Amino acid sequence: MEIDLTINTDLARRILTGFIRSEIERIGLQRAVVGLSGGVDSALSCFLAAEALGAENVLAVRMPYRTSSPESLEHAQMVIDATGVQALTVEITDLVEPYFRRFPEMDKRRRGNMMARARMMVLYDQSAAFGGLVVGTSNKTEILLGYSTLYGDSAYAINPIGDLYKTQVWQLAEAMGVPAPIVHKAPTADLWAGQTDEQELGFTYRQADRLLYLLVDRRYTPQECVEAGFDEALVRAVVQRMRRNHFKRLMPPIAKLSNRTIGYDFLYLRDWGT
Amino acid sequence: MSRLTIALAQINTRLGVPEANLEKHLALIEEARRAGADLLVFPELSLTGYVLQDLAPEVAHRPTHDDPLFAPLLQASKGLDVMVGFVEEGPRHRFYIATAYLSAGAVVHVHRKVYLPTYGLFDEGRFFAWGDEVRAFDTRFGRVGMLICEDFWHASPPYLLWLDGADILLFASASPGRGLSDAPQLESARWVERINRAYASLFTVFVAHANRVGFEDGLHFWGGSTVFDPNGELLAQAPYEDEALILQELDLRELHRVRARLPLLRDERTALVQRELARILAQPNRLR
Repeated sequence: MEIDLTINTDLARRILTGFIRSEIERIGLQRAVVGLSGGVDSALSCFLAAEALGAENVLAVRMPYRTSSPESLEHAQMVIDATGVQALTVEITDLVEPYFRRFPEMDKRRRGNMMARARMMVLYDQSAAFGGLVVGTSNKTEILLGYSTLYGDSAYAINPIGDLYKTQVWQLAEAMGVPAPIVHKAPTADLWAGQTDEQELGFTYRQADRLLYLLVDRRYTPQECVEAGFDEALVRAVVQRMRRNHFKRLMPPIAKLSNRTIGYDFLYLRDWGT
Repeated sequence: MSRLTIALAQINTRLGVPEANLEKHLALIEEARRAGADLLVFPELSLTGYVLQDLAPEVAHRPTHDDPLFAPLLQASKGLDVMVGFVEEGPRHRFYIATAYLSAGAVVHVHRKVYLPTYGLFDEGRFFAWGDEVRAFDTRFGRVGMLICEDFWHASPPYLLWLDGADILLFASASPGRGLSDAPQLESARWVERINRAYASLFTVFVAHANRVGFEDGLHFWGGSTVFDPNGELLAQAPYEDEALILQELDLRELHRVRARLPLLRDERTALVQRELARILAQPNRLR
């Protein structure tokens, strides 16, 4: 099985900038807010938003915690400089530390989720102040694996890059001129010092993307993926992650009582009436 | 009439706001008329937007002179012929995805979509009733047939229109783009262009396709509307992604020339088709 995840970056760029422009302008706004982590996903979303709306209409918000790597902040600055977007730095340390002090037993997972949600709060508040929509930075790989914080980094108004696998994000980022050190560094959520995604997940994005492509896009069964040459333990781990984290991809279910229930038989697009 | 200047209105629409879309239609009809068009073709559901879901019954209309949408459109059709896309409410309140062909202030023909895609990203069968007829009809340019998107993803409706006398096929779509690879166009766009060219070639007819542009939530409509001649040659194509009004003059005498060279219509074995189809359909489990 030949797996080729190569995309036409000109076409992707045209569609995704059109999407951002359309979905923001049709509700009467012109501006967007992006949380810049210093990683490639948020860098790409920021580049796309700047191209779609004009740099002056995009606000990039850096939200470091006191242990965040200085490199992340520098890389975010490179994106701000390269795109010319407006920028703001809001430390979340003072937001979360009082809570951490009250619950000293919090492990790094709880603390990481708390920080992700504090960033969401800042981003949504800044979006109200700036008069723009929050543009998401989650790619298809992390959405499928559920590698995100519910109501944290998974909270946004629109997401231009959620149908691109991580390896495709790298490709489009490179084509759009995202600075090379950002594209080529090891992906990290930077929730604690030295963390990398691939170490935490236990497999590489290149492996995961090829496997997810067979499972999701080509509808291979897990067994067929093994027959196609994927390690059985990897297949099992990825399939399990996908299923267990499905709740993160859905609106929470509402218990049906009436004849017309939101989510089941009250069906309108977000763009209703625009 | 040996020449027809056809125009395609490749537009974006507002979702569930027919009055706003009507204004755009009337403006484009006037623009096309001034530019010398004889016929203007709009995309699928051009008066309503595409992913209507529960909005479908709310935006439904009847193509009559007293309908607030159709009265001004019928008036405008005195200047040139117009094909529009809308939700038709049938006499017994069934809702159809439909196109209407308007000419000289009258409704010449209404086509109700016969194939409602209800798979993948599509859910039309949930919200709409299935049309049950594929008919060609006479216009001042000759005999014409209309189809809507999924109708021509199946080979039989264009074939039926061909046998029913249509020399000009008018296709309307709101086709959501999908299938990104390293190719310069999406898989769905390449597919539609291929089959449009194929119908023009196989049936030696003119094929004009008006597709939508714009976005509805995450769905993207790619445009790229086309006109093919009876040789299967591309005569005109609108840009991808952007709104456009394109005009193309058709030399209808090309039908004479092509069919003199390539008598596919003359040689079509319709009785054989009917006989074999009857035999095939009489077999149990034929599609198993």
